[in-house]
Amino acid sequence: MESQVSATDTVPTKLVLEHVSKWFRTSSLHVQALDDVTLRIAEGEFVCLVGPSGCGKSTLLNLIAGLDRADRGTVQADGQTISGPGPHRLMMFQEAALFPWLTVLGNVLFGLKLVKGLSASERREKAEYFLELVGLKRFMHSNVHELSGGMRQRVALARSLAPNPSVLLMDEPFGALDALTREQLYGDIQRIWSQHRKTIVFVTHNVREAVCLGDRVILFSPNPGRIREEFSIPLPRPRDINSVDLARYSTEITRVLKGYVQNEVAG
Amino acid sequence: MIARWAIASLFFACLIGLWQLAVNAQIWSPLLLPSPSNVFIYLWSALEDGTLWEATLVTVQRLLIGYGLGILIGLPLGLLTASFRWSQDTIGVLALGLQTLPSVCWVPLALLWFGQTESAMLFVVVMGTLWSLIIATDTGVRTIPPIYSRAARSMGSSGFHTWTHVILPAALPFLLSGMKQGWAFAWRSLMAAEIYVTILTGFGLGHLLHYGRELSAMDQVIGVMLVIVMIGLAVDKTLFAPVERFLHRRWGTARG
Repeated sequence: MESQVSATDTVPTKLVLEHVSKWFRTSSLHVQALDDVTLRIAEGEFVCLVGPSGCGKSTLLNLIAGLDRADRGTVQADGQTISGPGPHRLMMFQEAALFPWLTVLGNVLFGLKLVKGLSASERREKAEYFLELVGLKRFMHSNVHELSGGMRQRVALARSLAPNPSVLLMDEPFGALDALTREQLYGDIQRIWSQHRKTIVFVTHNVREAVCLGDRVILFSPNPGRIREEFSIPLPRPRDINSVDLARYSTEITRVLKGYVQNEVAG
Repeated sequence: MIARWAIASLFFACLIGLWQLAVNAQIWSPLLLPSPSNVFIYLWSALEDGTLWEATLVTVQRLLIGYGLGILIGLPLGLLTASFRWSQDTIGVLALGLQTLPSVCWVPLALLWFGQTESAMLFVVVMGTLWSLIIATDTGVRTIPPIYSRAARSMGSSGFHTWTHVILPAALPFLLSGMKQGWAFAWRSLMAAEIYVTILTGFGLGHLLHYGRELSAMDQVIGVMLVIVMIGLAVDKTLFAPVERFLHRRWGTARG
């Protein structure tokens, strides 16, 4: 299956960021997190943002999620300026931000209860469907602490998918997992993405991961965060992170990345 | 489970046995150290003539009302101090200061303000509960990982919904320990108030204790003390322990 490579005229544009800058001010610090970032993301596109820590990629996600505001420039979704969080753009975090006071099912239901117009049985049905999708239906009555790290991220994924967002924002969601679990999740996320066609913006500092998942890989450099380069990844899906073709791309991108940053090289 | 019960029963049986041995040794006058059976006989007779029931009822009622009021006022105030800097600098500091004040110190003031009335009792209990509860709530809310509310906001939760569905449940372990501490403080302050002050609207366990001393009725003194301990234990086991067990199970913090 060949996926679209970038925002073209045939595919509607989902997210538009134009000349976005963002500063952070604390009593001791005044840093520019993003500098004049312009980015277009097509509907159903899987875009990976790569760069070392401090390059503002998480900040960018927060802006798209509506959890934060840009100081300069505009952030739009479906042609509308983003003014706050909404159920159409859901965020998934590095640590599974699951709520320990709820069961697995309760966690998935949390977001669904905030969607208007669903009956209790519809919510339950959806929650079970998405838990099934991530392979954890039989754990729906478990407590969060009883799950492994990988299972928790799966639940977090189900929780983010359940309210049927059109955009999924993933902030290094697999960063804290071991390699084997990560590989399984690469398979899962690609399968789910091809079934449900969400627009996914995926932040990582792992170049291989980005190449494995993204239609496009966008390279950021830090201090202040800027977009440096863009790579299209026209590899067929589903992709295997260990494949040689994939390695060619990631080697090339890593080489470019190294040119921008001497330390903290990802990979 | 049975083994635990057996060990606990054996332990308390030994304690009573030691007590009996000390009485038999006749080191102290029986007036100062009554035998376990004498205390039991007092408790039995006080139960039969109704004084013990009545006193327990009066005390527990005061306690529940005062404690309930303390929670009702303290919980929102604690949420407030955790939310805004100005409330932290004002109410928060006030709570921190007054929490260090032993609640028995409120008794003289309560007496002058309210006289020998039920209100004086309640006032002392509320003052004993309130401040530690504010501080526990404040700490609880501040210790919540910020990622919970960010995740909730991302899913469209905001305002009141975030408070009731995220902040409060996330702070529950702290709230519970705050409420336990508040309960202990409420007990202490009420007993201090009852021993200190005689009021005509109700004769509580503290009064019973007080008159035990006046009459040098050591069996009564020890008997009432035992009752106070038992009520404290019973409340802990029936009210707090189930919630604690639930929390441990959910949060995965149980040990053994």
